[in-house]
Amino acid sequence: MKIIVCIKQVPDTTEVRLDPKTGTLIREGVPSIMNPDDKSGLEAALRLKDEHGAHVSVISMGPPQAKEMLREALAMGADEAYLVTDRAFAASDTWATSSILAAAISKLDYDLIITGRQAIDGDTAQVGPEMAEHLGIPNVSYAEEIQLEEGSILVKRQFEDFSHMVRAKFPALITALGELNTPRYMTPGAIFDAWRNKEITEWNRADVPVEDSNIGYRGSPTRVAKSFPKTMKSPGMKIEEGVEESVEFILDKLKEKYLL
Amino acid sequence: MNIEDYKGVFTFAQQVHGELSNVSLELIGKARDLAADLETNVSVVLLGHQIGHLAKELVAFGADRVIVIDDPVLDEYRTEPYTQGLTAIIDAYKPEIVLFGATAIGRDLAPRVAGRVHTGLTADCTSLDIDPEKKEFRMTRPAFGGNVMATIICPEFRPAMATVRPGVMVKELRDDQREGEIVTFDYTFVENQAYFQIEEVIKKVSHKIDITEAKVLVSGGRGLGDANCFDLLQGLADALGGEVSCSRAVVDAGWLPKEHQVGQTGKTVRPQLYIACGISGAIQHLAGMEEADYIVAINKDPDAPIFNVADVGIVGDLHRIVPLLTEKILAEKEK
Repeated sequence: MKIIVCIKQVPDTTEVRLDPKTGTLIREGVPSIMNPDDKSGLEAALRLKDEHGAHVSVISMGPPQAKEMLREALAMGADEAYLVTDRAFAASDTWATSSILAAAISKLDYDLIITGRQAIDGDTAQVGPEMAEHLGIPNVSYAEEIQLEEGSILVKRQFEDFSHMVRAKFPALITALGELNTPRYMTPGAIFDAWRNKEITEWNRADVPVEDSNIGYRGSPTRVAKSFPKTMKSPGMKIEEGVEESVEFILDKLKEKYLL
Repeated sequence: MNIEDYKGVFTFAQQVHGELSNVSLELIGKARDLAADLETNVSVVLLGHQIGHLAKELVAFGADRVIVIDDPVLDEYRTEPYTQGLTAIIDAYKPEIVLFGATAIGRDLAPRVAGRVHTGLTADCTSLDIDPEKKEFRMTRPAFGGNVMATIICPEFRPAMATVRPGVMVKELRDDQREGEIVTFDYTFVENQAYFQIEEVIKKVSHKIDITEAKVLVSGGRGLGDANCFDLLQGLADALGGEVSCSRAVVDAGWLPKEHQVGQTGKTVRPQLYIACGISGAIQHLAGMEEADYIVAINKDPDAPIFNVADVGIVGDLHRIVPLLTEKILAEKEK
């Protein structure tokens, strides 16, 4: 079985601080990490490999420094790594990113593609399903359990207050939830191997069979018109009353906001 | 594509097991504002099986037209047949805007549809409006872990599509006298390679604690006094269908495990409702929860910094307020 896992290098947004004076982001010193949902997706692939035998490839689109993260994936147990990188791919929105990644993946053999549900810097959850659409394969989003069966995959697919047990035939794409598993650590021997002995295949613009009209800024249907720091909220109402009055006040407000 | 050909604001009416999701009604409320600014009307797409009775409800909440596909293949939500149905409707009607709820269904369906019709999609919007001069649709969403807001446009493709966070937009009051057109859309579904089978529907998800996913968080701080007081908070959380979280002081004191911790060294949460009980509101805590849509703070100290970010601040004793609040909410739900 051949599995491709899509991983993204992201700034650790939980480490981001705001400059208290200007309200802008302090990006310096914010570490880059493998996106957590993607890491769970990789772990899921590695567990399928451990149990059933599989060839696991990881692929990422991003700047050259994403190689560090790809080496981490190799050190966790992935068999090979691809970096899709080119200035022509910069400023791609989810349509363009999914077009590029789908085109790159179409050069490889696969039974199963695993992506994380969403990346913590963009939080869109769109690239996985859009890729599956470009490739004409089913996508099963929000996977919380995965089981392999002959020629198909059984996925517990999470919704807000229920789940589906879904059977999808290969080839298929699934998007992994962080709670799917706890990703393994790299082993010292594998770290040595990944950084000293393994190659990362780099694919540039010419290596990816995708049309110019579908990549980068010009190939992106959506545009950022502006971005601005989140304004600190102004305080709301504060009351100092008895217990009964306080409780009624809260109830009224919750009802007003449809929170009850 | 001639974008001038695309008219009207469309929303996707999510229904689950024959019940309309609240966000479906909120989207209609927002769509009415947008349609007024664009001098057009609101159409709602309703997909499912034996869901005809929901069409009138959608009209009562503001739909000018409801377009229905009622087919056994749409009984349980599946990505591919829903994508086919919605895409066929988009091809036939050419809407300018299509809105979805940013739910587990909407966030699966919308990208698949956007991929198929080749258009732009903006995720998890918290604000939508029309530029009064250019008449351009603007979609605003949090990015970068909620630290930055971005306004997105879709200038050259139609329909412009967005998923909208539940609980942000306001639904209209129900008006059963309101009139609207109900259209049955004929579509023949074609089973293809992208179909999958649903083997089982599991109605109750096993209870796992992930405070970042909770819609309601009841959070405790040092002001609780001791670990036993978390039963109080758990009671309130259960009444509201939420989870219990806490400040760092509580974890340091060993009252709750770290997976419950909100803040700079804990988790960043963005629930629809955050009730802070006995939390003073250190800057490190605020950083993890100020993105919550609605914040209620209960604290004895009138000068506690938590009141600076709270929508509702209650100066008082949480040990007396929380039990009564829980009781009243449960009574409210009985109604």
